[in-house]
Amino acid sequence: MAENNRAVLKLKEKFAASIIDVVEFRGEVTVTVAKDAIIDILSFLKQSLQYNLLTDLTAVDYLGKKEERFMMVYLLYSIPNKDRLRIKTPVSESDCSIPTATQVWETANWLEREVFDLFGIDFDKHPDLRRILMTDDWEGHPLRKDYPLQGPDREPYKGRLS
Amino acid sequence: MATTETMTLNMGPQHPSTHGVLRLVLELDGEIITKITPHIGYLHRGVEKLSEHRTYHQILPLTDRLDYLAPMSNNLGYILAVEKLMAVEVPERAETIRIIMAELTRLESHLVWLACHALDIGAMTVFIYAFREREAIMETYELVSGARMTSNFFRVGGLSQDIPDEFVKKVSDFIDSMPGYLDQYEGLLTTNPIWVKRTVGNGVISAEDAIDIGLTGPALRGSGVDWDLRRDNQYSGYEKYQFKVPTGENCDTFDRYKVRLIEMREACKIVRQGLDKLKPGPVLADCPQVCYPPKENVYNSIEGLIHHFKIASEGFHAPEGEVYQGVEAPKGELGFYIVSDGDNKPYRLRIRPPSFVNLQAIEKMCLGSMVADLVAVIGTLDIVLGEIDR
Repeated sequence: MAENNRAVLKLKEKFAASIIDVVEFRGEVTVTVAKDAIIDILSFLKQSLQYNLLTDLTAVDYLGKKEERFMMVYLLYSIPNKDRLRIKTPVSESDCSIPTATQVWETANWLEREVFDLFGIDFDKHPDLRRILMTDDWEGHPLRKDYPLQGPDREPYKGRLS
Repeated sequence: MATTETMTLNMGPQHPSTHGVLRLVLELDGEIITKITPHIGYLHRGVEKLSEHRTYHQILPLTDRLDYLAPMSNNLGYILAVEKLMAVEVPERAETIRIIMAELTRLESHLVWLACHALDIGAMTVFIYAFREREAIMETYELVSGARMTSNFFRVGGLSQDIPDEFVKKVSDFIDSMPGYLDQYEGLLTTNPIWVKRTVGNGVISAEDAIDIGLTGPALRGSGVDWDLRRDNQYSGYEKYQFKVPTGENCDTFDRYKVRLIEMREACKIVRQGLDKLKPGPVLADCPQVCYPPKENVYNSIEGLIHHFKIASEGFHAPEGEVYQGVEAPKGELGFYIVSDGDNKPYRLRIRPPSFVNLQAIEKMCLGSMVADLVAVIGTLDIVLGEIDR
């Protein structure tokens, strides 16, 4: 159960005020935390709980579905303990930036560049924040929900014709 | 007094040793690399965006176009994620065949790696030999799925169809002869003075650095980290198989080469165990809400036809929630993260490509070495641009 997860117990002890939600689905534990504590929590998980591998870092756009538009997702893995933990934190559209996780894991460098490129979320103090998959002069952020599937200046996608 | 300045050299995107469309801007002091700036994205097709507009079954053919040298591993990662989301139980026969195909895929991917890596360093014979064996695996692919590369063979809940009768003998013969071929490659390379000179002490990355930068798969095991998802976070029935996980000691290109060769021998053993475990039975779960009906029902009954039409057009609605499934793909950890809002399409599908994260280590592994060593490092990282750019 999520309540007995070793990370959740420790996080509740240490960062009780910053935890917004704890969910377990299909055996995977997701902890949603407040944005201002994110780096402290990630460093704590890495230093004290041996979550030494940042498997993945990405974002989800909840346009019109949630109060705060974006959700950052950090997927951590502990090689010594062989368990996973997902940390999420909401990012609002009006203040569309979050401190960089490169200070905790170097892995975050390109992964954050990708989120910057495709979602348009800024990362404070990122060492090299440039577009990575799209060209430098690209306009817009393709993985945002309000970005048309077939690109701007084209007829919107109406489903497959066949 | 003479002054010197560094030179900027553009390498790629059309360059035979960058394995596709990777572009590296190098800053050189003589022949010593002082800075590397990789430019990627030339092959970006927006697979993650496309997936948000397709039903779960329709996404499957997109996944084998990611790492096109290991299509079945990609298919496996994706369907396992969907099966986790839908809580589908897969029949044993389907699971066994999946593992056989996944390990053949590992062999195939490692054969291409060995061939190109050796070719980059100047050993052309190995290239020809390894592609000969790869051809046999491609024929197996063709036998089960009809396609040599874009297999699209697995289905949510099982397989698209059962394997043909000649499959077992064909794979069995191949697995019997493979260790002999591996001895051949090793005879050509392992003690070859040129190969040793080019790979020993090249592209060194310590275990701590490797974990910090997110290396996974053989690249991480070459640095001595004993971690393999197949053994440590078992999926798809890998707990029923015995195999060793090789690790390196010197964290260099030569150790990564040895790790991959041992992995190929272990893959042969896993395939052999899989063939021994094969028992007759269904290859698709009996779960009509999610799975396609068996073909004989579609052809012979109106209910089957309606069922097929429903799954093919509307698909199935997934419960609200999010899942992540990582698999040990030949190149490292391949992960699929699905966020579902209850619709018949994923709200967000994130692919965690191993090559993308592994390529990030290139600067750390190459600074201060020569351009020719960079070519060896690109080979040893075993990248595929289809997966990096998605």
